[in-house]
Amino acid sequence: MLNLEHLSKTYADGTRALSDINLSVREAEIVALIGGSGCGKTTLLRLIAGLDRASAGTIRLDDEVLSGPHPAIGIVFQEPRLLPWLTVSDNIAFGLDGVSAAERKARVAHALEKIGLVEHADRWPRDLSGGQQQRVAIARAFVTNPKVLLLDEPFSALDAFTRASLHEHLLGLWEETRPIVVLVTHDVQEAVTLADRAIVMQPKPGRIFDELSLSLARPRDKSGLPFESSVRRVLSALDQSLNPPQKQPQREKDRQAAALWW
Amino acid sequence: MTGQAQSHAWSSHKGAAALAAPPLAGKKRQAFDWRILLGFLLPIAIALLWEAAVALGLAQGRLVPPPSRIAATLLALAETGELWTHVWATLWRILIGFVIGAAAGIAIGAVSGTSTTMRRLLDPTLQALRAIPSIAWVPLFILWLGIFEESKVALIAVGVFFPVYLGIAGAILSVDRKLVEVGHVFRLSRTQLARRILLPAVLPEALIALRSGLGLGFMFVVAAEFMGASEGLGYLLVDGQQMGKPDQILAAIIAFALLGKIADSLLVYGTKPLVRWQDTVRERL
Repeated sequence: MLNLEHLSKTYADGTRALSDINLSVREAEIVALIGGSGCGKTTLLRLIAGLDRASAGTIRLDDEVLSGPHPAIGIVFQEPRLLPWLTVSDNIAFGLDGVSAAERKARVAHALEKIGLVEHADRWPRDLSGGQQQRVAIARAFVTNPKVLLLDEPFSALDAFTRASLHEHLLGLWEETRPIVVLVTHDVQEAVTLADRAIVMQPKPGRIFDELSLSLARPRDKSGLPFESSVRRVLSALDQSLNPPQKQPQREKDRQAAALWW
Repeated sequence: MTGQAQSHAWSSHKGAAALAAPPLAGKKRQAFDWRILLGFLLPIAIALLWEAAVALGLAQGRLVPPPSRIAATLLALAETGELWTHVWATLWRILIGFVIGAAAGIAIGAVSGTSTTMRRLLDPTLQALRAIPSIAWVPLFILWLGIFEESKVALIAVGVFFPVYLGIAGAILSVDRKLVEVGHVFRLSRTQLARRILLPAVLPEALIALRSGLGLGFMFVVAAEFMGASEGLGYLLVDGQQMGKPDQILAAIIAFALLGKIADSLLVYGTKPLVRWQDTVRERL
């Protein structure tokens, strides 16, 4: 169980990135944080990963208060961030320092098989495509068997086909240990494909606007009606979060800007 | 237009080579690239032209001796063993100076690159010292260390120190924050972070810094040997000037060119396995 209680983050320059975030994630739940840019999704993930410090509030994992990076929490960034001087298999093994050599080898071999890169084990990252690199990054996070896996828009730089295949790889790895997954995304389709729950966020300051349950059976049929209606629900929530009641003034401003332009 | 035509010719040439290469080279190492020999064309052509000009009486060749005379001088120096004495004297000075200068540059560069406080403390002074032309130290070094080896090695070490210091400090400062974060996520200690992320990340730039340091070492050894030496290639230069032997001067210059190139290549090839992973265009250019 991952609990966020009254979490706030204010940067040194006074920008309020997050204000009073309360969220609890059940075991084996996949949660998608969705929202426009600048609503603090990535900041929230960095706080959970322990890469930044919260200004107020606590993060709790199974009654343990987190401060700083924790062995049970893994993260996959927007970019693969592989170490270019390590081979693919050494990159996957990077976080397995405290594990015996045999165990490490077995886990890396299994992960390589899972992501379908066995024949690339001894290559340098530079020889892989973007999608393959991101698969290695996902494997690197999974081999340590984290209880919580944080994904920071890891598929946003990839084309649609690659993305779909990575979704499958991700779910395949997830099925084995069923960690909590917190996925940051701005892609509604992706959120509905992967998550059990979508948290819609709102900017300035970053806060939670709405929660939507996406209890569809897996594997999910992307062309089915339930999928479509879920996508529509999330989209409309997102729409409301981005331009709440004061729709009219925004239009007015646009018109003024347009007038200036002409 | 001609440029375009040429580049077309080039690319088709390369294309043909690429097509022809795989079955020959196969899995073994790439076949020898004959285009490397292109680099020898210009110096050989100039040497032959000059040789011919002197042989035909078009030029006197007293102040600019023809290649055959320079070669004869080099050979004579080598046969008497004199050349090797000078070469070893010079190489030894460079080696000691380079090791001292590079070690100091790496150590202080690492400190200044990793700690902001230390950088604020050290960097301004070092930058001011760097602005002094290193030759300006010569009189002082002679007063302090005497006219023998110590002052020469000190001068070389100073020359090597600055490019290495700058390169290492700069390389550490420019390590990608994103990779360092990967280290934080896996909770590496400071020493683990240094060993597993910082060190490999700065390696390519560090090697370039060492290369330019070595180049400066060769530059400063001449200056050091000018200021009074009884052996060394720099002494051959001074001696050649005083005795009016331009062939000896040119012989020493050619020896410098060869030694410098060999030392640089040794450094590059010796360290190549360390940076094989680099994603650069170097191999393809």
